[in-house]
Amino acid sequence: MFKAAVIGDSASVSGFASVGLSVFCETDAERIKKLISRLAAGDFAIIYITEPAAALVQDTIDSYRDKMLPSIVLIPAIEGNTGDGMRAVHMAVEKAVGSDILGKEVDNS
Amino acid sequence: MARLNVNPTRMELSNLKKKLASARRGHRLLKDKRDELMRQFMILIKENRSLRAEVERGITEANRYMSVAGSVMQREVLDTALLMPKQEVEIAVGEKNTMSVNVPQFTSKFKTSDTNDIYSYGMVFTSIDLDGAVSALSEIFPKMIKLAEIEKSCQLMSDEIERTRRRVNALEHIMIPDYEDTIKYITMKLSENERSTTTSLLKVKDMVLKQSHNYQ
Repeated sequence: MFKAAVIGDSASVSGFASVGLSVFCETDAERIKKLISRLAAGDFAIIYITEPAAALVQDTIDSYRDKMLPSIVLIPAIEGNTGDGMRAVHMAVEKAVGSDILGKEVDNS
Repeated sequence: MARLNVNPTRMELSNLKKKLASARRGHRLLKDKRDELMRQFMILIKENRSLRAEVERGITEANRYMSVAGSVMQREVLDTALLMPKQEVEIAVGEKNTMSVNVPQFTSKFKTSDTNDIYSYGMVFTSIDLDGAVSALSEIFPKMIKLAEIEKSCQLMSDEIERTRRRVNALEHIMIPDYEDTIKYITMKLSENERSTTTSLLKVKDMVLKQSHNYQ
């Protein structure tokens, strides 16, 4: 059985403890990097990470992109939504199709 | 025009013809694979986008409650309230093979089935906003797991689509034309050799006839 974790500043992530996630309050880039590799090697299948924390360790997150586990998902922090998570979705489209064909629909909605 | 560096022999010609046939077959198959991957990817990415918008909305709402709770309660009290969660989630990971891409399937299992177990604290010393934040999070949580699954699938599929597209392009624009050119080169070279043999034979025949019979 696998577990799910959440990484970020304490104000943004402490609430997730109530739904049963393992909460890790980290804001230092080096420590987050180590934490992610430790969690990935352990039995964590899903890692939620706040957008500001993810911005610090983008290369580490990218290195898990082509592996099946863990799935690293960006979530908005308490300060607000930076749009990094949605940008990643658009980048996947751009990679697959060659150009961002979802872009227009976002503007309309 | 780029031909491969091979000897113009019949052996090579038949080998190349076989290679060309399998390259054409591979190209057709890969093209079909790319089209089908793309179709499934488009369905998945649309779902991904709407799910992400929904999850981001839910978490933003929970965060709003949380920041209100943080401002009306002491930080220590807030942290203590969430210190010992009753609920625990376990995730079973399955594997699904879609067009040779292995994508994960997550099924969540909660330790306790009671929905009130998300409140890990007494209601006396905590603000009502904390309850709001916790219930908003628990509402959105099943969608967050689905999002993790779909987002991973999209990433894996986009990588596979890119790889397949490169293979299709390499076959279409480099390998198949190269094979065709080389086959043409060898065929021409062989027929040229044949013609040259015929001419030299004719010449030799003439010379032999001339020598033995003084035949003009």
